[in-house]
Amino acid sequence: MIHSLFLINCSGDIFLEKHWKSVVSQSVCDYFFEAQEKAVDVENVPPVISTPHHYLISIYRDKLFFVSVIQTEVPPLFVIEFLHRVADTFQDYFGECSEAAIKDNVVIVYELLEEMLDNGFPLATESNILKELIKPPTILRSVVNSITGSSNVGDTLPTGQLSNIPWRRAGVKYTNNEAYFDVVEEIDAIIDKSGSTVFAEIQGVIDACIKLSGMPDLSLSFMNPRLLDDVSFHPCIRFKRWESERVLSFIPPDGNFRLISYRVSSQNLVAIPVYVKHSISFKENSSCGRFDITIGPKQNMGKTIEGITVTVHMPKVVLNMNLTPTQGSYTFDPVTKVLTWDVGKITPQKLPSLKGLVNLQSGAPKPEENPSLNIQFKIQQLAISGLKVNRLDMYGEKYKPFKGVKYVTKAGKFQVRT
Amino acid sequence: MMLAIKEAASDMSPYVRKTAAHAIPKLYSLDSDQKDQLIEVIEKLLADKTTLVAGSVVMAFEEVCPERIDLIHKNYRKLCNLLIDVEEWGQVVIISMLTRYARTQFLSPTQNESLLEENPEKAFYGSEEDEAKGPGSEEATATALPARKPYVMDPDHRLLLRNTKPLLQSRSAAVVMAVAQLYFHLAPKAEVGVIAKALVRLLRSHSEVQYVVLQNVATMSIKRRGMFEPYLKSFYIRSTDPTQIKILKLEVLTNLANETNIPTVLREFQTYIRSMDKDFVAATIQAIGRCATNIGRVRDTCLNGLVQLLSNRDELVVAESVVVIKKLLQMQPAQHGEIIKHLAKLTDNIQVPMARASILWLIGEYCEHVPRIAPDVLRKMAKSFTAEEDIVKLQVINLAAKLYLTNSKQTKLLTQYVLSLAKYDQNYDIRDRARFTRQLIVPSEQGGALSRHAKKLFLAPKPAPVLESSFKDRDHFQLGSLSHLLNAKATGYQELPDWPEEAPDPSVRNVEVPEWTKCSNREKRKEKEKPFYSDSEGESGPTESADSDPGSESESDSKSSSESGSGESNSESDNEDQEDDEEKGRSSESEQSEEEGKKKMKKRKKVSEGQGEGTSSDEGSDSSSSSSESEMTSETEEEQVEPASWRKKTPPSSKSAPAAKEISLLDLEDFTPPSVQPVSPPMVVSTSLATDLEGLTLTDSSLVPSLLSPVLGVGRQELLHRVAGEGLAVDYTFSRQPFSGDPHMVSVHIHFSNSSDTPIKGLHVGTPKLPAGISIQEFPEIESLAPGESATAIMGINFCDSTQAANFQLCTQTRQFYVSIQPPVGELMAPVFMSENEFKKEQGKLTGMNEITEKLTLPDTCRSDHVVVQKVTATANLGRVPCGTSDEYRFAGRTLTSGSLVLLTLDAQPTGAAQLTVNSEKMVIGTMLVKDVVQALTQ
Repeated sequence: MIHSLFLINCSGDIFLEKHWKSVVSQSVCDYFFEAQEKAVDVENVPPVISTPHHYLISIYRDKLFFVSVIQTEVPPLFVIEFLHRVADTFQDYFGECSEAAIKDNVVIVYELLEEMLDNGFPLATESNILKELIKPPTILRSVVNSITGSSNVGDTLPTGQLSNIPWRRAGVKYTNNEAYFDVVEEIDAIIDKSGSTVFAEIQGVIDACIKLSGMPDLSLSFMNPRLLDDVSFHPCIRFKRWESERVLSFIPPDGNFRLISYRVSSQNLVAIPVYVKHSISFKENSSCGRFDITIGPKQNMGKTIEGITVTVHMPKVVLNMNLTPTQGSYTFDPVTKVLTWDVGKITPQKLPSLKGLVNLQSGAPKPEENPSLNIQFKIQQLAISGLKVNRLDMYGEKYKPFKGVKYVTKAGKFQVRT
Repeated sequence: MMLAIKEAASDMSPYVRKTAAHAIPKLYSLDSDQKDQLIEVIEKLLADKTTLVAGSVVMAFEEVCPERIDLIHKNYRKLCNLLIDVEEWGQVVIISMLTRYARTQFLSPTQNESLLEENPEKAFYGSEEDEAKGPGSEEATATALPARKPYVMDPDHRLLLRNTKPLLQSRSAAVVMAVAQLYFHLAPKAEVGVIAKALVRLLRSHSEVQYVVLQNVATMSIKRRGMFEPYLKSFYIRSTDPTQIKILKLEVLTNLANETNIPTVLREFQTYIRSMDKDFVAATIQAIGRCATNIGRVRDTCLNGLVQLLSNRDELVVAESVVVIKKLLQMQPAQHGEIIKHLAKLTDNIQVPMARASILWLIGEYCEHVPRIAPDVLRKMAKSFTAEEDIVKLQVINLAAKLYLTNSKQTKLLTQYVLSLAKYDQNYDIRDRARFTRQLIVPSEQGGALSRHAKKLFLAPKPAPVLESSFKDRDHFQLGSLSHLLNAKATGYQELPDWPEEAPDPSVRNVEVPEWTKCSNREKRKEKEKPFYSDSEGESGPTESADSDPGSESESDSKSSSESGSGESNSESDNEDQEDDEEKGRSSESEQSEEEGKKKMKKRKKVSEGQGEGTSSDEGSDSSSSSSESEMTSETEEEQVEPASWRKKTPPSSKSAPAAKEISLLDLEDFTPPSVQPVSPPMVVSTSLATDLEGLTLTDSSLVPSLLSPVLGVGRQELLHRVAGEGLAVDYTFSRQPFSGDPHMVSVHIHFSNSSDTPIKGLHVGTPKLPAGISIQEFPEIESLAPGESATAIMGINFCDSTQAANFQLCTQTRQFYVSIQPPVGELMAPVFMSENEFKKEQGKLTGMNEITEKLTLPDTCRSDHVVVQKVTATANLGRVPCGTSDEYRFAGRTLTSGSLVLLTLDAQPTGAAQLTVNSEKMVIGTMLVKDVVQALTQ
């Protein structure tokens, strides 16, 4: 299925290649570069490129292109999903998925790729199994390895691979047994000029960090499971229990993983925690314009809104901006024309605002559209949909685990049209 | 090598067997001569019962021998059952293989479409292809209908659909897509809807995933528009989306646009037009053009919008608009002479060749609409001819030729000049065209025959172009495949076979298992079905004797259904291996109950969130073969014990006879003047209250009669025509009485009459599929309706203060009819009684946006108090508010669901001029009410 993989950095260097079947020449990537040139923007490179003898399927993650070479028909999502899984694994092993990290750990990267794909077909992609096969790098281990000359590939076959629960490794032991759940909800919204909501929905995930010994069987129940409209599950969850009782019952993988992601039905009205007052205008035939935005809280359920950032992609004719924020700091990048205003917390007494002048290229016609504002924010200890975890029970093990649930609401793709 | 693989394939450890499966394609690529031996190994491994091996071996199967579909037969059921526990990558491969398999082995669930089209069910199955057919043709097919054999889904087909459905919840986008394509290609139309939600979820994922998913959604949305309609807003575009995603979303939005949602879609498009991304703006303009061609109602709006864009500063935008306007104008050129003139003026400014060419073509084609301008444009173009692009030059020649033919006096010289210029052009194509045109239009000695017809050749009426989606015919590729994405056949692509005409033998999938006893049972059952279905009209000849006591079964359908249902799941659990799966280790009962729980859950979910979309009928989509199958079987049994049930039915029918008579009496009353309509107790109270009030204010004498006789709002409306209902005719009226069960419901009287010559039994409401918020209180089942008799039932519908239609099924014992009731806005409210002061106070609160005013002129016939009051109360279920002045009429009501006030004031001048004001929190209701009342008053 997947023949080869090329890792390409932003400046167009192929810095790593791996072939699972026969070697495919690097020149195949020329087609990719061609497409990249045509697309101008990195985001616009088509994920699937057809060349005379091969098909190239690529993803763009963390400023790196993962380009895979395919020879025969295969579902494109299959490959895309796999490439993202590879990137996730790198992230998991090295803390980040960057060119430097990959170059520092070339040996482990090759070992991982070798295990993940066998003759082009995915073999072991679960992080728990991989970690049993190939130990993640630590300073001590790399020192020991370089002295003894041994590799960090495990000798034994991972036990999980053979069991019914391939996602969990056997013989897990912790002194402190803990299970933490983060309920993270993101508000996706489009707000129009007048401040009314064009589209809003809540997307949520429950990320878990589970450090429990043995083979715990957990079940997590919600106060209001009916809120969840559409759910996707980690394979460990027993689907039938959910269908019949609306209880998440599972034997968890060890460590960090995403338990479920869900969508709250858009029928329910979504509370929009912030409002933005804006007036952006460009004068005809003059080289300046006005820019004035104010942010205030709205429907915030009595919690403070923090970590507010406003990002604006200004039109190309904008040369520079002279603004004064009442709070936080702003930067304007004259090359990418991106204005970023780091606001911080909102205090209702004094609403943060950003005012000032915009310098335009003289002679150029004034931009027709005002740029839309992308807003980021965070509200701690609140799930905006009202979702609440009821209880977590553990079966199968004797000890008493420490349990914790954290709620966070964030802005997802939150855009205000001006 | 071969030996090693063979040995490993029979190893104890499943991991070793898995690796052996991985080795097969490797060896095959090295030495394809060993194919036969390898297939033997694959065959052996396919029989493996562990989840670990399944994915890998199917992968090997796909690489080595995808054509050997016969190897799958014996393993089909096992694979279906294992599927949920296979790892994600294996799931993808198995699902796409099973899609192909199912296409060769089962009958198409939509094969009876042609037959359904003439059926009342058509309205249910798809909004695309329902259109009025003459009653005559329906009658004809109704008689032809029983001759054909209805479609029965193979239980194995059902098994596949049911077992893949949970995978829509997978975290892996590839698996979700695989299941989605399986449903799209294999499921009956009614069930495909379930995949929409999952696909929309994927749109939150990485942009590459979005790209692939949107491509597939675009293809699907052409065929099954209804499926994605509820999720329209999820396809709205953000300014930060990459351009390729934007364009795909635009494609989907355009496909989804229809009569009802076009205003919102166009409003969105307006925002997009101002975007900074010019490629995207161009695509948006194209999209508007497509909406305009598809939806006639908005054509003029779109055209006006596009004409406004012509004054845009950006040349690309203007050019794109011109091209689209050209296509739109071609549909109705006569009305748009102005626009053509406007375009003609633009030739001075626009530089984009495509746009210039489009304008020239338009002027040439419709030169009779702009007789003065056209020659002038030609003059200008002749001047700049040499500097133009090729495409423009060709159009200049074209324009010259057309003008020469219509207006040779003015343009003869110009044409010859242009043709001479073209004769020496660098481009051979232009030289050819010039030579050809000259021969054609300028009469010469030899070419006389052709030039006589030149006018016909050049000025033939041309059909308007159809703006189509580029995704139109992509669905002949298997969705989700690389070939589909590229719209070209990729190497190694396995063609998705067409459905077979005749079902291949289903018994090939039977597995010889020692305790396979249920199998024969099922086989028998299947045999039993056949005679029934071949003559479904009921005159079944002698059938095999049922193995259980027929009487007991006919007594309770539910019992028999649950029996057959559990039988089904029993047989399955025999079939599947319980070796390594804890969940499947449970007893079949629990599975069954879970299944049922699931169904309920689904239904509830649907009711709570379902959208009023016609096509995705979720009822059937609950994916339980047990239910559908048991329905069939219970029906069979019903049929077999016909005589017995007849005997049983006699007492109830005699019992129901007096009741029916009563009802028919009631029914008769409906034809008498409305004032005789029985008034229910609460109404009496309220009217007496009104008279009290009236006594207090002592103004209007006409008030009392108008209040005392609650006017029947709308006359009888047809719910089901006699012909479509095969003899069952159903009408409904809004009785305007409070519905006893729930005050929020509108009570609807349903009148049934049976004009066939057989009794209709078991009339009841089947599972409704309702838009959000709307709920139905069903009427009690009517046991039997003898030929020629009629009956009335009352049902309550909570329309949730919207005029959306409530769709539901009307089921008889043998048939289901899909019907819908759409309320006029005036029926969504109930009268309230208040004094003038109260009225004014409330009115004061509902101003601004909540107030809608319309001026009208009352015709002579409707100047009197009585007529006005009667007309208003007939249109809307409002109560008269007594008031002091004689030429002012006030009415008040509350909407049923939310209880918001609706206040209506009519201020009539003696001259006939009048002003109508409606104050209501519900602006939509207010606007619609104004429209309705004005219409009623001015008619």
